[in-house]
Amino acid sequence: MAEELVFRFTVDGDDFTSAGQASVQIKKNLRQLGIPSDIIRRVSIAMYEGEINMVIHAKGGEALVKVTEDYIEIVLEDKGPGIKNVEQAMQEGFSTAPEGIRSLGFGAGMGLPNMKRYTDNMEISTVVGVGTTITMRVNLA
Amino acid sequence: MKICTIKDVLEAEVLCCEEEIGRHVYSACGSDMMSDVLAYVKDQAVLLTGLVNPQVIRTAEMMDMICIVFVRSKKPSEEMLAMAKESGIVLMTTDKRMYDACGLLYQNGLVGKKVTNG
Repeated sequence: MAEELVFRFTVDGDDFTSAGQASVQIKKNLRQLGIPSDIIRRVSIAMYEGEINMVIHAKGGEALVKVTEDYIEIVLEDKGPGIKNVEQAMQEGFSTAPEGIRSLGFGAGMGLPNMKRYTDNMEISTVVGVGTTITMRVNLA
Repeated sequence: MKICTIKDVLEAEVLCCEEEIGRHVYSACGSDMMSDVLAYVKDQAVLLTGLVNPQVIRTAEMMDMICIVFVRSKKPSEEMLAMAKESGIVLMTTDKRMYDACGLLYQNGLVGKKVTNG
């Protein structure tokens, strides 16, 4: 792969049912590119958790996936409420998701920790009241 | 363990992708919390859950799981069936409760695996 490839998605924030559609699509795209299955799984899980977060907390947002020769980068950008305390949000089990989300199988405070778990690098840039951008990388080499 | 053995052990009804029941699963995960499921990576696992919504199918898709068993006689929606068919995921339903269903599979040789990161 000599050139970089970029995939863009809009994550619809109104419908919890449709959350994850971008991750399903990126999984297909990466498969077509012949990326190893363990890498695909890590990228799609991290992106899926990110999508769920954007739907729960931020009424959706934009997702961008860049595939280069050396790594896959996922950038998730939303105009949600921002994260007040990133350190706290990174702790497994800490959640600010509404109670109703738990009955749907999420909101257990595992989203951000899982995103970090499955990627080689994760950076969170957030401003309360403005939005959050999360950049994750999974190395190919 | 073959998926068809899971069906027999749990006296389950297969709801879609019956043609895939000859495939093997090597581990299992029982949970209603999808984020917990996403925390464990295992190839070709079966998911047992009492949760019924489209995110269950999507979680299994992300994890490359090939079979989902709904406990307590729960049945997936048409939308969920369509999603599972597209990904070739076998869906089945059993009247067993979660604890019993997991116990029966364990007893019959399908043991969980150690939790691994990444």
